[in-house]
Amino acid sequence: MTADAAVVLTGHSGVGDPVEGEALVSPEGFSARYDLDRATGVIARESHALHGRSIAGKVFVCPVAKGGFATSWALLDLKARDLAPVAMLFGWANPVMVQGAVLAGVALMDRLRPDPMEVVRTGDWVRVDPKAGRVEVRRRS
Amino acid sequence: MKLTAEEAAILAGHRGKPARRALEMQIATGEFFGAEEMVPVTSAHLTGDAESMGDAGLAFVEELAREGARFVVPTTTNSRNVDFACYRELGQPEEVARKEQRLRELVVTMGAIPLDSCTNYQSICQPRFGEHLAWGDTGTVIWANAVAGARSNFEGGPASYAAALTGRVPAYGMHLPECRLGTHLVELRDQPRSASDWGALGCLVGRQLTNYWLVPVFTGLGVEPSADGLKQLGAALASYGSLAMFHLVGSTPEARTLEDAFGGRPPRGRIVVEPGDLQRAYRSFVAERAEVDLVVFGTPHLSIFEVRQLAGLLDGRRVHRRTMLLLTTSAEVKALADRLGYTRTIEAAGGRIAVGVCYYIMTPRELARRHGFRTIVTDSAKLANIIGGSGYNPIFRPTAECVDAAVTGRVAR
Repeated sequence: MTADAAVVLTGHSGVGDPVEGEALVSPEGFSARYDLDRATGVIARESHALHGRSIAGKVFVCPVAKGGFATSWALLDLKARDLAPVAMLFGWANPVMVQGAVLAGVALMDRLRPDPMEVVRTGDWVRVDPKAGRVEVRRRS
Repeated sequence: MKLTAEEAAILAGHRGKPARRALEMQIATGEFFGAEEMVPVTSAHLTGDAESMGDAGLAFVEELAREGARFVVPTTTNSRNVDFACYRELGQPEEVARKEQRLRELVVTMGAIPLDSCTNYQSICQPRFGEHLAWGDTGTVIWANAVAGARSNFEGGPASYAAALTGRVPAYGMHLPECRLGTHLVELRDQPRSASDWGALGCLVGRQLTNYWLVPVFTGLGVEPSADGLKQLGAALASYGSLAMFHLVGSTPEARTLEDAFGGRPPRGRIVVEPGDLQRAYRSFVAERAEVDLVVFGTPHLSIFEVRQLAGLLDGRRVHRRTMLLLTTSAEVKALADRLGYTRTIEAAGGRIAVGVCYYIMTPRELARRHGFRTIVTDSAKLANIIGGSGYNPIFRPTAECVDAAVTGRVAR
């Protein structure tokens, strides 16, 4: 791939407005209660692959949304403190994650093709257009 | 999404601003999941505590109240952060208690019953087959779906408020028969013998099926499941796997037969629970050190049968001076335990029963800081899963071993 080539991912309409940002790719599922220190926006579960990393301002990419109701509140509160991701891309989202994104106005998409877990790497620059069902990925050089 | 005349009226603002905003959020979520319509619900169970919501969440509810929000279906509340009777003694922050007090005033003004329990189905709500619900706590949802045959998605905090305000939810996921069918076969060659064993089973299966859209079907069951066993199984599947549905062939209402549970489709995968696997699920939690700081029972809230069992195990014994023993339950079960003398037995042993709270939302980081908590022993597979995110070393053990850990102050490593 050349430095400027973009990979395009497509899928059904997501929620939220178009945004862009740097990718942070989690190899495992994510929940705001189980994995995150919501006071700091840093992944706090010691066994999580991204332990110690902040999700603030990132395009967070993850295979599956986990967790319960805390997740549905967390994004709004994180966003109010500038600690929310700008967008979230899941293989499979669950209701609480989508409800949270709708409340907070955070862009969220799932079931994209090709699978973002296979084409996005941490540090890539990602443009997310949820309504159009389109994501563009530019490789970090 | 197709809207009825009433829904169109809500969207036009004829039922006030809060209902309009609520319906807009529901439509956005529903369209994401391909819902074609809304479906009326008969109750809502609110999940929001001051700590989970944060200041922004509390401000959201303040605004709803200021705009005159009123719940239009019977609405109950989930567990809180503090038991107002003992939070000071436990060393929980005054600020959190103040916010919880405020939140309680707001939801009562809007029309909620402040039940403060994550086992509404064991105290005052009786979901029935085919009934559409908007429940928020994942353990209540999976119980309603799997055991009662009622229909609810995880209507998390803001979504549970939205449903209470509009009286309906988007019809996707667990409201649709095809999403409730089994996807994976689980063959039991190891039998759960206690409620915590059912939690161990939920842990084992939930670790392998980590997607809301998967539904395990258990076969080979050689024992009659207890109500508390099903509570622990559901809570663990929801916690480890984010699952909202399961079937026990021959026991739960949508699984009279294997064919019934899978709707005639072949399983997408198969899990075999071999002899010894349930024990191995417990032992997958390894203690960093032998000293136990804290022993907790009651995620989800204890039933009166569980309180009685604990009173029996603690009778005439004494909790170690280095260890705190905490039970959490609903106000209804606590009142019964008081009347039957179980509370006295448990307190005489040095234990404490907190009401309307659940440990993982009892400001666990604050308590850890204040008391130096690190090692927590529990018979709840769910609590053992969740509390690791708050800086604890969680140890999941059968009930009697947990009581022994409280009394000796030690746990086998």
